Amino acid sequence: MSDVLEVQYDTLARQHATARLGMWIFLASESLLFGGLFALYAAYRFIYPAEFHAAAAHANVVLGTINTYLLLTSSLTVALAIYETKHARRHRALILLAITIALGVTFEVLKGVEYGQHLADGIAPGGWYSYAALPAHGAVLYFTLYYLMTGLHALHVLGGLCALTWLWVLLYRGRLTPDSHVALELGGLYWHLVDLVWIFLWPLIYLVT
Amino acid sequence: MNALLHHLLNLPPQASSVARGIDTLHYSVILATFLGVAVVAAITVWFIVRFHRRTEVPECTPRVVSSLRLELGVGGGLLALFCAWWVIGFAQYRDLETPPANAIPIYVTAKQWMWKFAYPGGPTSSEVLVVPVGTPVKLIMTSRDVIHGFYVPAFRIKQDVVPGRAITTWFDVVEPGTYDILCTQYCGTRHSFMRAQVVALAPADFARWLDAARGPLPLPGAKGEGQGLAARGHAVAAEHGCLRCHSVDGSPFIGPTWADAFGRRRPLAGGGDVLVDEAYLTESMMDPNAKVAAGFKAVMPSYQGVISPAETAALLEYIRSLRDVEPTTQVPAPTGPISIPEGVRDGGV
Amino acid sequence: MAASEPDYLRARSGIRSWLLTTDHKRIAIMFFVATTIAMMLGGTFAMLLRTKLLLPGPGIMEPITYNRMFTLHGVVMVFMFMIPAIPAVFGNFFLPIMLGAKDLAFPRINLASFYVYVFGATLTLWGMVHGGADTGWTFYAPYATVSPTDVAPIAIGVFVLGVSSIMTGLNFIATTHMLRREGLRWHGMPIFVWTLYATSIIQVIATPVLGLSVTLVALDHALKMGMFDPALGGDPVLFEHLFWFYSHPAVYIMILPGMGVVAEIIPTFAHKNQFSYKALAYSSLGIAFVGFLTWGHHLFVAGISQLDAALFGLMSMFVAIFSAIKVFTWVGTLYRGSIALKTPLLYMFAFIYLFVFGGMTGIAVATTSLDVHWHDTYFVIAHFHFIMIGGTLTAFLGATHYWFPKMFGRMYPERLGVVSAVLVFAGFNLTFVPQFLLGNAGMPRRYATYPVRFHLLNVISTIGAYTLGAALLLTLTYLLVALFYGKRAPANPWHSRGFEWRTPSPPPEHNFIKPFDPAYGPYAYDEPADPNLPKLDEAA
Repeated sequence: MSDVLEVQYDTLARQHATARLGMWIFLASESLLFGGLFALYAAYRFIYPAEFHAAAAHANVVLGTINTYLLLTSSLTVALAIYETKHARRHRALILLAITIALGVTFEVLKGVEYGQHLADGIAPGGWYSYAALPAHGAVLYFTLYYLMTGLHALHVLGGLCALTWLWVLLYRGRLTPDSHVALELGGLYWHLVDLVWIFLWPLIYLVT
Repeated sequence: MNALLHHLLNLPPQASSVARGIDTLHYSVILATFLGVAVVAAITVWFIVRFHRRTEVPECTPRVVSSLRLELGVGGGLLALFCAWWVIGFAQYRDLETPPANAIPIYVTAKQWMWKFAYPGGPTSSEVLVVPVGTPVKLIMTSRDVIHGFYVPAFRIKQDVVPGRAITTWFDVVEPGTYDILCTQYCGTRHSFMRAQVVALAPADFARWLDAARGPLPLPGAKGEGQGLAARGHAVAAEHGCLRCHSVDGSPFIGPTWADAFGRRRPLAGGGDVLVDEAYLTESMMDPNAKVAAGFKAVMPSYQGVISPAETAALLEYIRSLRDVEPTTQVPAPTGPISIPEGVRDGGV
Repeated sequence: MAASEPDYLRARSGIRSWLLTTDHKRIAIMFFVATTIAMMLGGTFAMLLRTKLLLPGPGIMEPITYNRMFTLHGVVMVFMFMIPAIPAVFGNFFLPIMLGAKDLAFPRINLASFYVYVFGATLTLWGMVHGGADTGWTFYAPYATVSPTDVAPIAIGVFVLGVSSIMTGLNFIATTHMLRREGLRWHGMPIFVWTLYATSIIQVIATPVLGLSVTLVALDHALKMGMFDPALGGDPVLFEHLFWFYSHPAVYIMILPGMGVVAEIIPTFAHKNQFSYKALAYSSLGIAFVGFLTWGHHLFVAGISQLDAALFGLMSMFVAIFSAIKVFTWVGTLYRGSIALKTPLLYMFAFIYLFVFGGMTGIAVATTSLDVHWHDTYFVIAHFHFIMIGGTLTAFLGATHYWFPKMFGRMYPERLGVVSAVLVFAGFNLTFVPQFLLGNAGMPRRYATYPVRFHLLNVISTIGAYTLGAALLLTLTYLLVALFYGKRAPANPWHSRGFEWRTPSPPPEHNFIKPFDPAYGPYAYDEPADPNLPKLDEAA
């Protein structure tokens, strides 16, 4: 990924193209990780349609929707940051990247607030569930899947935030140039995946009711 | 031919109606396997001998490439053979999965590490499944803890017994005798000890056995006054299949236990609680979904019009007689998406 | 030129030059050591299990000890030996060389994959010492969620090992696409590269699902998440679906690279072009794709619908055709060749025999009604050991002998090689043929004790296992001796046309003194070798 030509490559362009391919392969693998959870969700929704319906009505659709907007916007800003880097406008790129990070952090905070609300109701995953208004098995499974899917996604957001912060520092130190900024592109790709997964989670969790 | 191959392949007796047909397919697949291995080995050996290297440093060899037609021929021919096995195998599988309409139902409960069998009309037995010869028997199976595997090698049948599901398999024994039941799905420390037996009796013997088993029933745990009416209640419970879902020793099952239940307050699924008394019990028999106990699914059918007022009274007395029973240690809680076995509604038969 | 470029073993020295290397060849050697230790560990468990089964009753160990041990045998052999064995050792070493590259696309990820493997293996082994799961390597819920043993560390260890496997696969795919030497077309690549490519696709796509399902089981066990717990409404059969969605393709992760090894060794020792290059190349991809659609044949008696059973059964028949085509091509390659019966080729004949027998019994258990009788019996045990040990182990041993001169610059003792190959083959058959008969008679798998009528066949099987174990110890011993005292190997002892034989033995740090010319193909035995190839042996 670095801009030093490694011995096995002929050109830097080839090295960067390989790095991008590697990232795409990684993203394919990642999507299967979430795919397994989506498959479980589909199966349990098939077994417990009414309970899932009732439980989804209890999800906090306002926070979920705000979070959707936050992540979609952050995808735009990270794409713009890459664009500005390409056109040698480092200062703008730094601001855009900072906005991306801020949006991601806000997303995580709102997610935490949402978890807090649920836990206060006694909606905890699996055997710890104690919410009397929705006692059915299907509801427990719905919320367990909710915690697993959003939890795994939140971990990915956290990983993305670390990567973006590191990239911000690189950019600040002038290590990412218009000709050579493949690390930023990879970070952006990863961030788009995180966004894309949420685009699936949002309807599955908040809108199916 | 059958006897020879049966012996060579170390197969168990062909004791069910399907065993012979399955074994015939087995022979054809295994013989084809040996034939395939022999053909490949013979060609290989022939090539090794015929084209053995004769010089220290090899010389150039002619370029030989198979034609697409040859490859498609080999692939297509084998695929046709495999698909033929698939068609026959699947037809047999359908038979194995579809019990005949006239099959006698028997309820099977698996738990670590034992098998329990319940007959329509009441009698239950552990570790020994007594069946008639020449009549199809349908097993409606569920597990109370982990997945078990119900396997009778001599019948060529096997079915995983999954907690939270009622799964059916069937067989029709052709030869009186005793056959092993083995557990094939690994289920814990004593998995290999989880063995039972099928005892296949001639129809007349089976009828005699069933009559004897239905006779004077033991009264597990019942004490106190009203023995006479309570005993009748136990018979009613057995006859109507109540005991397939409600235990009388405190172990939780599909429904709440009857042990130490009468006179206590019970939490309800919808919140709140209720005193378990004659009124609540009667309501639960006639309109079971009105007040469902917490932790249980609303799966009980209504017995309105199925049991007579006298029988209801006997049942109430029986349940009351169990109020002093010390509940046994708690087994893991019962299972999830219960589908009620067919036949429970009308007590079987 | 030799003076200016020492081989990769001598290029650098010191422990750090190994532990922190990014040279794919050195990483391959480290994987070689690690997977061999794993195999010995798994093999030791197997010997103890077979010793236990010498007597029908409780013998040298309690049932719970036996249950733990077969779990460890499965986990170690599957996740620490068979899955990484050929890709991470021989793939790592030879994939870049066969493509004419100086290294893999991501050398640091390659090194990281080794340490992730070591971490995963350590976690799993710690879990074994600490609590030792007794669930079987399949971790079936709900037993795995209520087991009295400590399941979580082993399940998480398996997850970590999976991450290592994904890293390897990712690296191979990127390398194959981006680092092929100029002029090397896809249809000019050695078949071993094709099989590794197909394997990598499965590793990347399927492994995350395994990671997810074992993690869910670990969460169910440790934190009562209840995803598969019927008491909380979960459905245990869903776990079986998720598990086999990975673990059936994983069988192909284990066998495909082995098939690639066969396709390298046979042309070399028959001195003959591939009977059908395209059939070998595309059947590998065919197996990788169709292999994803067959997992349900593990669930014929688990309570799936008849439609599912029909479709999964049919797809299983289809996937077998690709394997059949491969056997046809391997045998056809011998025709009109110039066959030298050396140890690696002997192992390949063992492979073909075991694979045909194992594959045909696979057809047998994919035939739905027959599977009902055989499912979860010793028949299935024998079947998959024929494929996995017959396939992976003989391919691993064949590859070890075939590439030993290239990797270490020494020759192995040929006579001892032949003796141990024959012993491995005999011991293997003696171990597992009786198990087919035990399965026919109805002996279930994972049985700590068994009815007395199964006694004789179990004793024969145990004798076979001891023979196999002794043969493997013999092999290990003479290979270790050869490592230091073997005859110096020439660059191309087998007169092969393969790309990897066009560089000195052992290769220099950046693989080639002079890049090979792909116009002279790896299987072009009908024409003289590349005349411009430098005289490698004189240099050495």
